[in-house]
Amino acid sequence: MSRLDIKHGVIEMAHGSGGRSSATLIDELFVRHFDNELLNQGNDQAAFNVPAGRMVVSTDGHVITPLFFPGGDIGSLSVHGTINDVAMSGAKPLYLSASFILEEGFPLAELEAIVISMAKASKDAGVPVVTGDTKVVERGKGDGVFITTTGIGILPEGINISGDLAEAGDAIIVSGSIGDHGIAILSSREGLQFETTIQSDSAALHSLVAEMVAFTPHIHCLRDPTRGGLATTLNELARQSRAGISIKEISIPVKAEVKGACELLGLDPLYIANEGKLVCIVAAEDAEELLSVIRNHPLGKHASIIGHVTEDQHHMVIMETAFGGNRVVDWLAGEQLPRIC
Amino acid sequence: MCLAVPAKVIELHGDSAIVELDGIKKETSTVLLDEVAVGDYVLLHVGFALERIDPIEAAKTLKLFDELKELDKTL
Amino acid sequence: MKYVDEFRDGDSARVLAQLIKREVNPDRDYRLMEFCGGHTHAIFRFGIVDLMPDNIRFIHGPGCPVCVLPAGRIEAAIKLAEEHDVILCTYADLMRVPAGKKDSLLKAKARGADIRMIYSATDALGIAQANRDKQVLFFAIGFETTTPPTAAILKIAKAMELSNFSVFCNHVLTPPAMAHILDAGDAKIDAILGPSHVSTIIGSNAYAACSEAYGIPIVIAGFEPLDVIQSTLMLVRQINAGTAAIENQYTRAVSKSGNKKAQAMMAEVFEMRPLFEWRGLGSLPESALQIRPEYADFDAEQRFSMPTIDTAEIKGCICPAVLRGMNNPDECKLFGTACTPEDPKGACMVSSEGACAAYYSYGRYRNSEAIT
Repeated sequence: MSRLDIKHGVIEMAHGSGGRSSATLIDELFVRHFDNELLNQGNDQAAFNVPAGRMVVSTDGHVITPLFFPGGDIGSLSVHGTINDVAMSGAKPLYLSASFILEEGFPLAELEAIVISMAKASKDAGVPVVTGDTKVVERGKGDGVFITTTGIGILPEGINISGDLAEAGDAIIVSGSIGDHGIAILSSREGLQFETTIQSDSAALHSLVAEMVAFTPHIHCLRDPTRGGLATTLNELARQSRAGISIKEISIPVKAEVKGACELLGLDPLYIANEGKLVCIVAAEDAEELLSVIRNHPLGKHASIIGHVTEDQHHMVIMETAFGGNRVVDWLAGEQLPRIC
Repeated sequence: MCLAVPAKVIELHGDSAIVELDGIKKETSTVLLDEVAVGDYVLLHVGFALERIDPIEAAKTLKLFDELKELDKTL
Repeated sequence: MKYVDEFRDGDSARVLAQLIKREVNPDRDYRLMEFCGGHTHAIFRFGIVDLMPDNIRFIHGPGCPVCVLPAGRIEAAIKLAEEHDVILCTYADLMRVPAGKKDSLLKAKARGADIRMIYSATDALGIAQANRDKQVLFFAIGFETTTPPTAAILKIAKAMELSNFSVFCNHVLTPPAMAHILDAGDAKIDAILGPSHVSTIIGSNAYAACSEAYGIPIVIAGFEPLDVIQSTLMLVRQINAGTAAIENQYTRAVSKSGNKKAQAMMAEVFEMRPLFEWRGLGSLPESALQIRPEYADFDAEQRFSMPTIDTAEIKGCICPAVLRGMNNPDECKLFGTACTPEDPKGACMVSSEGACAAYYSYGRYRNSEAIT
C-alpha cells in the first residue's frame, strides 16, 4: 500500500470510498494515533464486556469554526465534549466512537494534527476511541471536517442525577470561570481581531465528577454549560425542575480579560460558551463541603457557590447584580451577536 | 445606542492606535481626534476612538460619590 | 476596568438611591425618558429600577437606530444583495430585525445572500479592497455617535478611489427626534436623560433649543449605572424646582461644543436630508443625513436603484406608540403572545434594548414577584 503523503497531501474522494485509499487513511492516521486494543482488531465494531449496572450513551456533532483555536481544536473538543455529556449523568465514561466527515481538498497535515490532539485528549482521559467511520464529501460541501463522537459509560449504583431533580433550597455551584471558551473562539475569528491571552477551557470533567459523586449522593443535577452559556443551562434546569433560580453576580467567577472582551463587543458573559466547566445543584447541607472537594481538583480551583433554587411557578432565573438591583437572566433569543448599540 | 468603552492607549501608529482593556488589545482608528498620547484613555466605538476621557473630570465625579458615602456614614 | 468599575460601585448606588427616595415628592409621578437605547439596556442590566422609588417611571425613548430604521430600507438592502450579487456589510445589530413579509438580513443570508457582519466601518473597506471584482455595500446606521466613523471611511474610500465601494446611508439625528417626541405632547414626559455618546460628538449645547422650546430639563448622563442614577437625582431636583436647564453629568467625556473634528468630518461628507421616514415616528423633516454630491460616487442610493419600499407595520403592532412613550409594551395585543424575543413582530422586540424586549424579561419578573 502506498504511504500517505501527510505533509503535502489532501483528502480525495477515494479516501471515503472504502477501498485501498480508505484503508491507508484509516491505518496511517486514525489507527496509528488512536492505537488501542479494540480499535487495532480492525473490525467495523468493537465488542467488550461491561460491568453490571445502568449504561449511559451520549452523542455530539462538532462543526466548530475555526478548527484550531487558543487552547484546543475540533479534535480535543469532540473528545472532551462527549466525555462530559456522559459524565454529567454521574456515569464513568468507558469508550468513544468517532465519525469523520471530511471535505475533499482538506490538508492531511491539518487532519493529522486534529487526530493527534484527539488521541492525546482520549489517552489523558483514559477513554479510548474504539471504533469509527470516515466519509468524504465534495469540495464546498463541508467545512474542512465535521466530527461526531459518541460515548458510553456506566452509572454506579445509587446515583440518580437528572435535570428535573432540583429542589427549593438546593445550592448551585459552578466549577470555575465562565466565558473563556467562547471568547477564545471569537478572538480567532476573522473580523473581530482582538488580541487576548484567553485560552479555551476545553477539558474532560469525568475525574472531577467521580470525586464529587463519591463524596455525596445528594447531587441532584449536573450539567456542563456549553452553547448558550451558564444562563441557558440555568434556565434549562429551572424549567426541567419546575423551580426558580436565584443567583448573585458577585459570586460568579469571570476572568478580567473575558469581562473586557465582553464590554468591548457588547456581549454578556452569562451567555458565552464553556467547554470545561460544570454546574452542580446539590442539597444545601452538603454544599460547603462539596465545594471544598471540587476546589481540591485541578479543574475546580475557582469553583463557587453562586446561588440557590427557589419556589417559582414562572421558573425564572433572577440575578442580584453586583450593583445591588435584580435582573432577569432570560433565555437567549437566537445567537448572541456583538452590538454597536 | 452607542456602546462605547474606555480603553487605554498603549501604542500609536499614525492614524491608528493599539488600545488595551483589561488585557484585551485592539487596534483602533484615531482620525476623529487631534492629539492622542500613549497613556490616554479613549472611548472606543465601532473601531474608532471618539473622545479622550478627561481624568480630572472623572476624578471630580468620583469624589462626589465618595463625599456622599462619607456623609451617609455620619447620618 | 478603569473608568468602568468605579462607576458601578454598589455602595455609591445605594447612597444616591437613598437621596432620591428622600427628595421625591410622594404625591406625584416623575416621568423620565431615557432617550438612548444603551441607557435602557443599563437600567435593566444593573437592576436600577429596583433601587428607585415607585413613583419614578422610566419611559424608553426612540434612541435605538435599529428600532427606528424603516423595514423598507432593510428590504431594499436585501433586494440589492440578492438581485445584484452585492456583498452587503452590516453591524450585527441589524441581522435579526424583521423587515416585512417575515424576512430579515439573517434569513436572506441563510438563503445564500452574501451578507457579512462587521464590527467596524473600517472592515467594510477591507472587504472592498479584498474583493475588487464585486460591489461592496456598507449598510450605515446610527445616530451621531456612529456617523463620524462612516464619514471617515468615505474619505478614505475617495482618496483610494475604491470604485467598488458604496455606502447606504441611514444616519439619523438626535435633537430633531427629541423635538418630535416632545412636540407630540401626549407622551407626558417630565424630563429627559440625554444620550452619553451622541453628546460626546455633538456637545451639550446641541440640546439648548429643545430644552427651551419645550421647557423641560435635560441631563446628559454617562453610560455607567452610577451615571444614570446620579443623572436621575439631578432630574428629580430640577423637576422639583421647576427648572428647565441642560445639565451635563458626563463631564469626563462631554463638553459644551463636542468633538469639533468629528463634526467637521461629518459636515464634509454628509448634508441634511429633507425628509426621512422613521419607523414608528413617521416622516420627519431635517432629521437625517444623506451623502453630499462631492461623494456621490460612493452613494449606494445613486449607484443602484433603491426604490423606497413601503412596509406597513404588522397588524396590531403598536411600536410607533411605544417608541413615543405613549403606551407601555404590555398594552400591545401582540406582546408576549404573537410577539416575543424569539419571534419579534416589530423592532421594539428585536433589539435587546427595545422597550418591548426589555419589558418582556423584566416585566415578567415584576409580575412574578407580585404573585409570589
